[in-house]
Amino acid sequence: MTKIQNAVIGSVRTVIGWVPAGWLPGGSPDPLIERRAAIGRQASRLDGPSKVAGEARFAAEVAVDNLSYAALVHSPITRGRIMRLDTGAAEAAPGVILVVTHRNMPRLGTLALIGMSDMSAVGNSDLPILQDAQVHYNGQVVAAVIAETQEQADHAVSLIMIDYTAEPAKTLFEEAKATARTPASVLIEKNHVTVGNAERELSRSAHIVDNVYRTPPHNHNAIELHTVTAMWEGDGLLVHDTTQMVAPSATALAKLFGLKREQVRVLSPFVGGGFGGKGMWDHQIVAVAVARMVGRPVRLTLSREGVYRMIGGRTPSEQRVAIGADAAGRFTALIHSGYSVMPPYGACPEQYTLGSRALYDAKSFEFLQRHVDLDIVPNTFMRAPGEAIGTFAVESAVDELAHAMGVNPLDLRMANIAERHPVSGTPFSQHALKQAFTDGAERFGWNRRSAEPGSRREGEWRIGMGCAAGSFPYARMPGANVRITLHGDGSATIACSAQEMGMGTATVQAQHAADRLGLPLEAIRFELGDSDLPASPMAGGSSQTASVAGAIIAAAEKLTGEMLRLAGNASPVAGLRAGEVRLADGGIASIADPSRHDSFESILARAARDDMTVTAAGSMPLEMFKFAMHSTSAVFCELRVSDVTGEVRVDRLLGSFDCGTILNPKTAASQFRGGMIMGLGLALTEETLFDGRSGRIMNASLADYHIPTHLDVPQIDVMWTDIPDPRSPLGARGIGEIGITGVGAAVANAVFNATGKRVRDLPITLDKLLPD
Amino acid sequence: MTIKVNGQDFPPPDDARVSLLDLLREQLHLTGTKVGCNQGACGACTVLLDGRRVLSCLTLAVQADGRSVTTIEGLGTAEAMHPLQAAFIEHDGFQCGYCTPGQICAATAMLEELAAGMPSYLTVDLAADRITLSREEVQERMSGNLCRCGAHNGIIDAILEVAGEHWP
Repeated sequence: MTKIQNAVIGSVRTVIGWVPAGWLPGGSPDPLIERRAAIGRQASRLDGPSKVAGEARFAAEVAVDNLSYAALVHSPITRGRIMRLDTGAAEAAPGVILVVTHRNMPRLGTLALIGMSDMSAVGNSDLPILQDAQVHYNGQVVAAVIAETQEQADHAVSLIMIDYTAEPAKTLFEEAKATARTPASVLIEKNHVTVGNAERELSRSAHIVDNVYRTPPHNHNAIELHTVTAMWEGDGLLVHDTTQMVAPSATALAKLFGLKREQVRVLSPFVGGGFGGKGMWDHQIVAVAVARMVGRPVRLTLSREGVYRMIGGRTPSEQRVAIGADAAGRFTALIHSGYSVMPPYGACPEQYTLGSRALYDAKSFEFLQRHVDLDIVPNTFMRAPGEAIGTFAVESAVDELAHAMGVNPLDLRMANIAERHPVSGTPFSQHALKQAFTDGAERFGWNRRSAEPGSRREGEWRIGMGCAAGSFPYARMPGANVRITLHGDGSATIACSAQEMGMGTATVQAQHAADRLGLPLEAIRFELGDSDLPASPMAGGSSQTASVAGAIIAAAEKLTGEMLRLAGNASPVAGLRAGEVRLADGGIASIADPSRHDSFESILARAARDDMTVTAAGSMPLEMFKFAMHSTSAVFCELRVSDVTGEVRVDRLLGSFDCGTILNPKTAASQFRGGMIMGLGLALTEETLFDGRSGRIMNASLADYHIPTHLDVPQIDVMWTDIPDPRSPLGARGIGEIGITGVGAAVANAVFNATGKRVRDLPITLDKLLPD
Repeated sequence: MTIKVNGQDFPPPDDARVSLLDLLREQLHLTGTKVGCNQGACGACTVLLDGRRVLSCLTLAVQADGRSVTTIEGLGTAEAMHPLQAAFIEHDGFQCGYCTPGQICAATAMLEELAAGMPSYLTVDLAADRITLSREEVQERMSGNLCRCGAHNGIIDAILEVAGEHWP
């Protein structure tokens, strides 16, 4: 399959390469790049008042009559079988309505795995859910209790007695490497890529670094717990969920439960943090199934421990990066290969080599990823999957090379940053990484960095500076649909099933629609988070803004044609074609003669219409295949390391971004900072600890898994080039994941500059920096 | 006895296991108070009990018997906001908005603690009459409230702005 996929994607790229850019989406730049009013404005979040007042109703907060509550039992063994199951005491406990195990769970198929060919495939694993006695990983759901109250359900869970027979399990990364698999492709890219003979070039290079970098598993740790409320109404299913994939979830549930798509409605107007973790997991399936069994609405909220046990996170990795350079400092070889965990029942490869394919020129390349199979909770995508940890490896290696050569690591990067995609030769749509570095270095004061590691000291503190590049690909998803309704009062409602997890989607798309339709921001209402609305793709890959924007463009074009027709012969714009008008000042105006203008209100009034509604899908995202499109960044860090304790305190962090048009500086700055703060966690504190003997997570709580908190977070400076991308809607590229990218290496490089110690395994905890 | 919540009296729950958090969310439908871990590690469930911040997930509802609880709904509304609520919007001190009510409740009580001269781990001069307001003092005192979206800068900016107005 994946070899076929390689051939298909390769053919598409070849053909699109022949097609003139003018024929493709983005062939001519979006006119709103030059002509914008609400876009680019520092608008506060439109949903802000309801959120700060606690009035926004998240998934578990919808009042439901006759509600019952569920709690789950997780397997304490890693691999084996359930031999004895005693649910009698639980069933007899006060308030218990039903105990569900594999014995009485309705027979269900398995989910289609998340993939590139089916946008409704949402499975993070295709393991059966409560279908048999087999245990596949530690933490797997083995039983559920439904009771009148949460307290009763939680207590009854403790009364269920299960005996297991343990079977040998694969729990050690190092051992499992021996039988690692080599997939043909990673996402839509070919896996094993070679340009020239990189090993030979490396061995002949004047300067060589060749090291192994390790990153641990991570968990998303959205503060809102995973929670679902499921209820059957006749033959229809209503699900209040917290999900990054509203419409795909409804489609997947319909398939799994043998329903028509229109019988299923998933509502998720607010998501309390996602980061890749709020997808489809076992708990939604269990809740939907048991709601039908008990004939009542069921609310199932995972415990925080439950989130760690059954919601997979970022996979661990072991990465080799080797770089060769000639005497002048030009890269002659770049090799990036490694291992990450992806069980055969999982769906998500950690694409840690993809970022390295787009950053630097070199005479030769080799990229290769191998999948290690462990008996483990299936991993999934987590903020900047691949790039977050891949840049740690490659950008640490660049810093190591610079040190070995005795050159400034910033200069070494500037000498090798690619001007075209280094592997494919495809032109970039827009690419100003060098400018991002130059601007960032100037504002940060990079010239104050001491070249000699360990030479700056204040009392017990050694002080250092580091920098790194980040890269994250642009994506616009196919299958984005939007409905626009123009009302008789001149206002408009934009509707689609898109997700709002805090990125600012509702605010920014309202700004966009205002400019696209020529209306003031106050006249726009944006509805989302409902699978009954025109379907949007999942929120992932930093693609939602471009995907929804592309659909709004298509719908606005359709609306223009419909309104022109409705305007009729009495209109000041009569006789003009769609290409000769634009939507402006609350109506349709001639581009050549703006005094020819007809307002939406008067067009609708003359036609005796209350409103006009159009629905349209965005164009196919062919610009992605014609051009190399990447958000990039330059990250700078200054920190202190205590000689006494090894403690690291980050004093300054700056991100300089090249991501196309910044649509709302206020919410964009928060997206960048948010990513960078998660990057501080990745660099310094975050690690999901698996006990290699038992395969069980040892730190399944927010007390033991350390995410950055207020005192860990310095004031973070962010800046951007704000150069529009001529090939994307609004000139914008993704900003949600680029922020975390590069931060791990910037911190590690600063630690080296401060101490002379090179830490190649994350997180950089105190023990790794204690004096020898 | 009764539990006073935002000025209104409610009977304590029948089941002694019910936490103050679950009483608020599941029985009184005051869902502005959030649940992030149910074990005192994240601060999302912070409410004011007789004016002091407590983690409502670690407080049994019956412990609030005869006492006064203020939740985010009692501080302000979307139409009539508390100054901290307005400052959080102005400084973009949230993204998803889930930890936000807990942050705002904690900040409300934290400013009272500062004004009362309660020292923190970072306070250098324990004998001083009053605490010197600084970014680090506020960061330290707010570190029990986790935010995963990474709105920390905006949260501290918002609190400092409100604190500054009352901190000549």
